[in-house]
Amino acid sequence: MELKSRPRRRDFITISSGESFSPFHYSVGRFGSQFLTELRDHKRFMGMRCAGCGRVYVPPRPVCGPCFKKMDDWVEVGPNGTLIAFTILRFAFIDPETGQKKPVPYGYGFIRLDGADTQLQHFLPVGAKPPKIGMKVRPVFEEIRHGNLRDIRHFEEIA
Amino acid sequence: MAKRVAIVGSGQTDHAGNRRDVTGCELINEAVRRALEDAQLKLSDIDGVVIGNMDHFEGINGAELWSIEGSGGIGKPTIKLTTGGTTGSTLAIGGTHLVASGFFDRLLVIGWEKNSESDTTGAITTAFDPIWDRLVFAGAISGLAVEASAYMHRYGVTEKDAARAAVRDRRHAVNNPHAHLRKEISVDDVLRSPMFSDPLKALDICPRTDGACAVIYASEDVAEKICPQPAWILATANRHLYSMVSDVDFSSLKSLELASREAYRKAGVREPLKEIGVMELYTPYSFANLSWIEALGLAKPGEGAKLIWDGVTDMGGELPMNPSGGVIATNPIGATGLIRAAECSLQIMGRAGARQVPDVKRALSTGFGGCFWSDVLIYGTEKPA
Repeated sequence: MELKSRPRRRDFITISSGESFSPFHYSVGRFGSQFLTELRDHKRFMGMRCAGCGRVYVPPRPVCGPCFKKMDDWVEVGPNGTLIAFTILRFAFIDPETGQKKPVPYGYGFIRLDGADTQLQHFLPVGAKPPKIGMKVRPVFEEIRHGNLRDIRHFEEIA
Repeated sequence: MAKRVAIVGSGQTDHAGNRRDVTGCELINEAVRRALEDAQLKLSDIDGVVIGNMDHFEGINGAELWSIEGSGGIGKPTIKLTTGGTTGSTLAIGGTHLVASGFFDRLLVIGWEKNSESDTTGAITTAFDPIWDRLVFAGAISGLAVEASAYMHRYGVTEKDAARAAVRDRRHAVNNPHAHLRKEISVDDVLRSPMFSDPLKALDICPRTDGACAVIYASEDVAEKICPQPAWILATANRHLYSMVSDVDFSSLKSLELASREAYRKAGVREPLKEIGVMELYTPYSFANLSWIEALGLAKPGEGAKLIWDGVTDMGGELPMNPSGGVIATNPIGATGLIRAAECSLQIMGRAGARQVPDVKRALSTGFGGCFWSDVLIYGTEKPA
């Protein structure tokens, strides 16, 4: 049987899922929990040193990937650091954490805390003066802290 | 002893920003039919199916299950391979390994994506660590923008240098009937396009594409009966170095450095610029066409732009790159790495039409994804020893 019309481009139908949002509950692990607790209670950054290669990891974790060695040697790092790389986000996208568009623009950078060999990613203020790679930065903490990375508002340039 | 393996046919869909006329299953079928027709094989000749995509882009998990009518996998061993951005190149490498094992003689390998069905950046973000990476991360674009910022700072490379590379890929895409974006652009167009994530502008970045690619792999026992000039796989290599984005060393793309050196060694390549005839690179943004060709050992650190400006990588140059238009012209993510393999096979077979590079003896393709992961494959006209 022949149907009367062939659909044109605008006639193809799509079905939307709706504003689906599914909450998850992620384990942070022992070392991650200790790191966030120190951050929350003492505004202190703790890294983990590998006995094999000597690298200091932030965030801390129990295994050095390249050496595949177990680690258990806490070292304090930061709180100041150096900006290694950055961008300023200007396009809006759906944040899978909230199901909402993420507010833009926002700046963020890779910050190597003093004494660490890896970086921490965090917000940078977007002001009149653009961030510069190599600049020294310090964390600005929130008054009320909950034990997650948002306990730091952002990192700002040390004048 | 592993069997020698070749690509003997391939098929691609009509890639576009939105293929509302087909479901995922139907899109896959379009590529599969074209691949079978290309190799002049029937579905009954195929003895296994490997399929891959990045599940979260469509939000319908289990693609290997619900695509079975379209993939042709009914009654055959069918598995899924998926590794994020490298899914397509992992499929290309996995297909090689499965046929080399001797368990399969004619293997159908499929990569696909319907990027139009979700918010691509939001979906990519779900592939990254929710505790440490997601607070600030904004998918591939922000991750690559950060890489570009470090590269520009280190070597004084400019946005104009990068724009020239985007212009090249878009110019090449005009020759490719499958390409998604087939309109030429100028350096000024790139520089004037809207800023998405400093320093990346709209025209520095790949599009989101709906598309599928199917490639037929054959063992040495049957390859030459199917295809007069099979594209023999000379080498595969891959490197995955980090779990967290925050660990990435931005001084160069280390995973590509390591994987390419392994591939060169396996294929007996000493001077890649001279010995490889064409490259199809998974370079999803303009700056990658500068810094990652340095990682491939084709230019000294910071000097990739010179090769681009001198036309070395243009059609007609010493080493043409991305004759298909590359990822900047077409990016159905789970298919993207496999399209690079399909394009290299066409170049080796001398069947690439208007985008053919003359007299290709060896070709190289890459894949990129995840936490700055890299895959490399090298293809040749001659059956390896």
